[in-house]
Amino acid sequence: MNAHAISAIIRKDLKVVSQNKGVMLPIIILPLILFVILPWVVTLMPFLGDVFGITVDDLNKVQDLINRMGAGVQQELAGYDQYQVFVVYFLVYVMAPFFMIIPLMVSSVIAADSFAGEKERKTMEALLYTPTTDRELFIAKLLSGWLAALAVALVGFVLYAIMANAAGWSQIGRIFFPNTMWLVLISWVVPALPGLGLGVMVLVSSRAQGFQDANQIGSVVVLPVVFLAIGQVSGAMSLSVPLVFLLGLVIWLLDGLLIWLGSRSFKRGRMLGA
Amino acid sequence: MTAVIKINQLTRCFKETTAVDQLSLEVFAGEIFGFLGHNGAGKTTTVRLLNGVIEPTSGSMRVLGFDPQVDGPALRARTGVLTETPSMDERLTAWDNLSIYADLYRVPRVEVHKRINELLDEFDLADRAKERVGGYSKGMKQRLALARALLHKPELLFLDEATSGLDPIAAHHVNDLIVRLARREGHTVFLCTHNLVEAQKLCDRVAVLEHGRLVALGTPAELTRQYVRRLDVQIEINEEQIEGTLHILRSLPRLVISEPVRTNGALTVTLSGHEAIPDLLEILVHKSIRVYRIAAKETNLEQVYFALHDEKESVQ
Repeated sequence: MNAHAISAIIRKDLKVVSQNKGVMLPIIILPLILFVILPWVVTLMPFLGDVFGITVDDLNKVQDLINRMGAGVQQELAGYDQYQVFVVYFLVYVMAPFFMIIPLMVSSVIAADSFAGEKERKTMEALLYTPTTDRELFIAKLLSGWLAALAVALVGFVLYAIMANAAGWSQIGRIFFPNTMWLVLISWVVPALPGLGLGVMVLVSSRAQGFQDANQIGSVVVLPVVFLAIGQVSGAMSLSVPLVFLLGLVIWLLDGLLIWLGSRSFKRGRMLGA
Repeated sequence: MTAVIKINQLTRCFKETTAVDQLSLEVFAGEIFGFLGHNGAGKTTTVRLLNGVIEPTSGSMRVLGFDPQVDGPALRARTGVLTETPSMDERLTAWDNLSIYADLYRVPRVEVHKRINELLDEFDLADRAKERVGGYSKGMKQRLALARALLHKPELLFLDEATSGLDPIAAHHVNDLIVRLARREGHTVFLCTHNLVEAQKLCDRVAVLEHGRLVALGTPAELTRQYVRRLDVQIEINEEQIEGTLHILRSLPRLVISEPVRTNGALTVTLSGHEAIPDLLEILVHKSIRVYRIAAKETNLEQVYFALHDEKESVQ
């Protein structure tokens, strides 16, 4: 395995992506909204009831929702008043599935650009004539998406931790984020998530006509996380440490399966549509 | 002569289409080998096969002693390919493009800087090296792509339409470079082109491909001798023997395919190919005609190409 060649391809892919506004804008804007703006909006919501149309009744409904959740969640939220519960519930529990969208989205957008986009720009052919093996190409293409997604997720996490605690400080009065569930999420689930986006993209990219095409097909990978978010908001399920751990395990297994399938079908000739 | 490329019955099919059809040929070390054919004739597919980028449907090949399917990476470390489209990352600068590919081609780190500067100077791109390639003209991109193909000093260079899109001066420069690489530095050049004038000027031997099949192979001179069916010839003879010669020429419809024309003490006729020259000369000498000079008008690969095309049309 030629690590030098792998790092050169990663360097190339990331440089090219960083120059592409169409790819970079969603990677910057979505985390900015979720991790910087949203914490402040959530903490201000109970106090701007007229603006957001929130009544005391709504706050009670949140409490009802929490009463249906697991003992761990209830225990964590015990001792908080009505407003504090609202803030902690949204910033810690509701936001968790939304956070998971970020590494998925970043990895699939970068993979779409790296696989299908490169084919569309006709830059792939020159790469295929280099002395790299199919395996080195495959690993390099996977790693460029994976590393970028992890970097964005980790920077986003640190940013979100600062913003959530800063925004909630006036009501909570102490550092409440991250809790254990988030630590499991960030250390176990988030590193696995880019694999889903990348695995799907590897499978679809040889058939896709270009970046937009691949990106649209690949975006279906976000759907399970959207369902997770709906489940969390509606109270149909509640994220807890064991559930998050189990979720991570399932995603790692899916990663393994998708990457195994992708590596089997990844032949340099197929990248030319041959 | 050592064969650096040996192809035997190579075939590549894409679903219903046969892109390369039982191709067999050899390319020798140090030669400039022209690979001619119209668009879609199978030239690019052959280059991809020879570099182990795609797999053959059947047949075998050895390139620089390697089987491209088994030793693709080792082979590609010793070949350089200029693809039909420049295939540069347009969002990156020329320098970035070259430095990334220098790493991919395993150019030693200590040499990268020097090598890139040499090539940028060679191709007259040094002053715009830090600009994004997206702002380059088509000719500049092509020159940069050629520089990239030469980064690792390959033994065997595949050039797919090397001068396409270049202005005459840049094309001349590239052609000079191709000759220099082959003649002085000992590289073998596999030149895919449909520019017949260029092929005639540069190539030691050429192969003509039509719908994936090899239809002709040889030196440009051999091919013109073999395939050109209309050859204008001027014959200088004794002035007093002109009438008699005209009579002889008119009696040889197999060799002489046009009415002889008398011009400035000579006769101009169209013969049925190069092989008709010795036959005609033999007859004239036999008939005691004193021939002072017989000069054939220069023929070229373009005539070969059209002759092959016409031959195929008539078969169909």
